[in-house]
Amino acid sequence: MSAPTTITFDGHEIPFLPGQTVGAALTAAGIRSWRTTRVEGRPRGLFCGIGVCFDCLIVADDRPNQRACLLLAQNGMRLASQEGTGRAHLTV
Amino acid sequence: MPTSPSEPAAPTADVVVVGAGPAGLAAATAAGARGARVALVDAGTAPGGQYWRHPATARLGSVDPPGVDEDALARLHHGLKDYRRLLDLLERQVGAGTTRYLSQHHAWAVEQYGETFTVHAIDRSGPTERTVPVTGHRLVLAPGAYDRQVPFPGWTLPGVLTAGGAQALLKGNGVAAGSRVVVAGTGPFLLPVAAGLATAGADVVGVHEASMARAWLRHSGAVLRNANKLGEGLGYATTLARHRVPVRSRSVLVAAHGTDRLEAVTVARATADGTVPGSEQRLDCDTLAVGWGFTPQLELPLELGCETRIDTDGSLVCVVDDDQQTSVPGVLVAGEACGVGGAVLALVEGAIAGAAAAGVPVTDVRLRRQRTTLASFAAAMHRAHPVPAGWTDRVTGDTVVCRCEEVTAGRLRQSVDAGATDARAAKLTARPGMGWCQGRVCGYATACLTSAWSGTPYRPELAATRPVAAPVTFGTLVVRGQHESGDRADP
Repeated sequence: MSAPTTITFDGHEIPFLPGQTVGAALTAAGIRSWRTTRVEGRPRGLFCGIGVCFDCLIVADDRPNQRACLLLAQNGMRLASQEGTGRAHLTV
Repeated sequence: MPTSPSEPAAPTADVVVVGAGPAGLAAATAAGARGARVALVDAGTAPGGQYWRHPATARLGSVDPPGVDEDALARLHHGLKDYRRLLDLLERQVGAGTTRYLSQHHAWAVEQYGETFTVHAIDRSGPTERTVPVTGHRLVLAPGAYDRQVPFPGWTLPGVLTAGGAQALLKGNGVAAGSRVVVAGTGPFLLPVAAGLATAGADVVGVHEASMARAWLRHSGAVLRNANKLGEGLGYATTLARHRVPVRSRSVLVAAHGTDRLEAVTVARATADGTVPGSEQRLDCDTLAVGWGFTPQLELPLELGCETRIDTDGSLVCVVDDDQQTSVPGVLVAGEACGVGGAVLALVEGAIAGAAAAGVPVTDVRLRRQRTTLASFAAAMHRAHPVPAGWTDRVTGDTVVCRCEEVTAGRLRQSVDAGATDARAAKLTARPGMGWCQGRVCGYATACLTSAWSGTPYRPELAATRPVAAPVTFGTLVVRGQHESGDRADP
């Protein structure tokens, strides 16, 4: 068994096993949502779990709109909750 | 549809197979065994599709995830012997240089030029994604399916996830979706999901199956010819009994509750067209795994103009002949996309399709008979596990129908009342299906609701056409011509 490695989510360290997705690592840590919707600001997390529904979008290493259910966790990866489109930094 | 930069590249394969689940693996190896040059294009990090899952670090030929022993693996994975046999064949064909296996390649478009086909795939195997063309004379499409969903109050709460999603977390990641789980919906797939969660140590509050238990006995002929499938179901039932998980039939999930995360669900006793008033029961849970059958992924066959039909379960599927050939010459379809029927049927269809695509059709009539038998079992299961009548009545005005665009049933109803009487018109006026998932999740529900509210026919095909089959960025498209002419410089 490989030693757990870690990612960070909104600054908190989360362990994961090699081969696990970001969504799986967050779920194992008891975290159920990491996005708020564009219109109503409602929390969302994993739903379809296989890349179809896009509900689990997350900001990974500053890139918004990554599907947590498909994205493989990598040691040191920095994850952050996504608000709306995840592109507030582009607002002028 | 992308604009072709120039003439297509020279054909590189006799057969291009899209999808490396049971159907695609069977097709690729059957074609390879008959001497065809094969290109196998698959989105996954390893072969197996949604059915045979394993952590991404597993190498080709190694299916053992870290830290999980062989016995535990065998309990979660059925047909591992078939998987190992197909992987072994694939490895040998790849080793011989006759088959190209392209993993982490997401097919996003397909084009036909005369008698050749080009699949455009986004290669996500490297640090920078790029799109590559894969060209061949014949095409076997084995895109698979995902959980079918219908909206109910509370279904957007975190903690509500699809049965397939819960299974993917467990089989692919070794993670139980929650600690206190309700498994609900309809269909035989609920049992392995619940059994897996119970085995992994989750407290499975119950399995709530909307249909009548043993309704399939009415189709006993088809069932008796599939005794091995019953044995599989019995195995799950035994596991659930050992973990004291109650399995309730005619118990329909009607709502999920919570403020910012799931706290409970309500189930009720099902009748022929709704629920028994006063039979509602609230079950505390942190997780709901829900599914109502499956929706096949038809983007690629629809793009090529393959003829479709509506199957027993209400799914839009491809029409295929005895060799799995579609209405478009040279395009074959195998697995769930020509009728949801499970992995064993997909293996048989894949083997038949791969052989036909290689120009050496299967002569063994037993294989074709097996397909007939398995398909009749699938049809019996579809009839026994319909999406429960009355779900449309339980959708309240503020129930979200389209999760991406946050379109409520009330908003959709307004647009139907204003004349948008089918899924496409509704999409253009109220936006269901316009968001990230492009109607993959709400397409079935929107087709049902617009039909029910307006009295027009159910037309799922109007919510199924998506010219771009997988998300692709403009940045990737811009450098496409460069890469496709063979220049692999980083953008």
